[in-house]
Amino acid sequence: MSALTQLTIAEARDKLRAGDMTAVELTEACLAEIDAAGVLNAFVHRTPETAMEQARSADARLRAGDAPAMCGIPLGIKDLFCTQGVPSQAGSKILEGFRPEYESTVTRQLFDAGAVMLGKLNMDEFAMGSSNETSTYGNAVSPWRRGNDDAQLTPGGSSGGSAAAVAADLCLAATGTDTGGSIRQPAAFVGITGLKPTYGRCSRWGIVAFASSLDQAGPMTKSVRDAAIMLGAMAGHDPKDSTSTDLPVPDFEAALSGDIRGKKIGIPKEYRMDGMPGEIERLWHAGAEMMRDAGAEIVDISLPHTKYALPAYYVIAPAEASSNLARYDGVRYGRRAKLAQGDGVTEMYEKTRAEGFGHEVQRRVMIGTYVLSAGFYDAYYNRARRVRTLIKRDFDRVFADGIDSILTPATPSAAFGLGEMSDADPVQMYLNDVFTVTVNLAGLPGISVPAGLDSQGLPLGLQLIGRPWEEADLLNSAYALERAAGFVSKPAKWW
Amino acid sequence: MSIDIDTARRVAKLARIQVEDDALPALASEFNTILGFIEQLNEVDIEGVEPMTSVTPMRLKRREDAVTDGNMQEKVLSNAPDAREGFFAVPKVVE
Repeated sequence: MSALTQLTIAEARDKLRAGDMTAVELTEACLAEIDAAGVLNAFVHRTPETAMEQARSADARLRAGDAPAMCGIPLGIKDLFCTQGVPSQAGSKILEGFRPEYESTVTRQLFDAGAVMLGKLNMDEFAMGSSNETSTYGNAVSPWRRGNDDAQLTPGGSSGGSAAAVAADLCLAATGTDTGGSIRQPAAFVGITGLKPTYGRCSRWGIVAFASSLDQAGPMTKSVRDAAIMLGAMAGHDPKDSTSTDLPVPDFEAALSGDIRGKKIGIPKEYRMDGMPGEIERLWHAGAEMMRDAGAEIVDISLPHTKYALPAYYVIAPAEASSNLARYDGVRYGRRAKLAQGDGVTEMYEKTRAEGFGHEVQRRVMIGTYVLSAGFYDAYYNRARRVRTLIKRDFDRVFADGIDSILTPATPSAAFGLGEMSDADPVQMYLNDVFTVTVNLAGLPGISVPAGLDSQGLPLGLQLIGRPWEEADLLNSAYALERAAGFVSKPAKWW
Repeated sequence: MSIDIDTARRVAKLARIQVEDDALPALASEFNTILGFIEQLNEVDIEGVEPMTSVTPMRLKRREDAVTDGNMQEKVLSNAPDAREGFFAVPKVVE
């Protein structure tokens, strides 16, 4: 593994500014790692020419002394982001051949700040999945293994390619998106940091929509400091997304003092699930102890509607998805099914969507159609939206009582093997998001920090949940946890 | 609530996804598993609770009602599976 590609954003920034290396050298090192890691199936569209061109521009800016923090930093971009002239398929067959004529706001901001795009990253189709097994590109594979067992493990999902690429040091960091846990769960599975910002912090413009009231882009990085740096470049108001909030973007990195003395950290009793593995329970307890040792006050809290978050999510997200995905009709972009003689426009829609959407996406679109259909709208959709109000109210109350952030496990288990869940019913897979989905429903910022290894040597993460718009404070708490946990493990290279 | 094969067929039709008849029983069964999970929501007392419309209390920004974008027919059509003479082309809609 090239030493250069193992650098964090912060380390690379300092070396680039000091002239110890060039962006071209760093980019070439990443491109070589990507070429050698085809078996991980993380990068699904490579853009070496773009990358080298951006790296040369970054070097010019660095020489001129006009270099923002992200200048010259090679990134992987989740396939959900529309990138101008570069395939952007959201992991779906239905968008085969689609090359956007425009750039998403988040990637535009990153590239304006000098970041380098190495290529597009694998993901679950339309971000619907928790294991990257629903992708049209095939599975992304985790660089981690269980001891000497060579069974392939999931890097999590939906941002599985992003997680695998960052953990395997193919890039310095990656963009992700999170609708129910799709940044935080894969980050936890591969031992990296993943931040879902407050809803509205980053523009959703140009990001293929899954569930618009829940989707949010965020950084997946090798450290909390990197998450702070990269979020700063991704965030900000965008007139093209009316739900992006017009608030100043603070200097998140400057908030990282590591001093959490006097902070109140809530431990929600409802997250202590029946059948929770002992290792997860112990890690959670250890995390609380670390924060106490750092001077925080640990407070038992209650979020009574937690149990209903996952069922509410599986009404709201499919409902929004069924509406958002109505645009894939074989008319304006992507693929159209081959039609038989005499087929009309309805057959065109039905055949195109049957062959273009994978099984999980079809299932969710149909569930969404059902819960929004006449006669069921109130019983399902409106009820779920009312439960969502209650879930948010639970958080509002504990924050009003003075809680600064909430500590929970990130996932109910370590990474599982690819294919191991194939016989399980869909609800079993959905349970992966049990600790993360509440955060999307309440619009809050949440961060997954690697905190330990399980008995098989696989990473486990802890999640911190913050107050809305207080990512800076949340990142600082995460920074304190990161320092105390001292997680430095890397997967042994086998690929 | 249980979804039978006719309901599954109707939902597929509404979603404009072709599902072959022999795939309908398995689909109906999956729907029932998911809906069974969702039924838990009936335990929650939602009396007097407003449905959430926006997770962040906000007033949508307004802007002047003016044309700010456009004149890019070629770009709009560039990804179409079938574009002719400046239009999206589809199979015959009206007999």
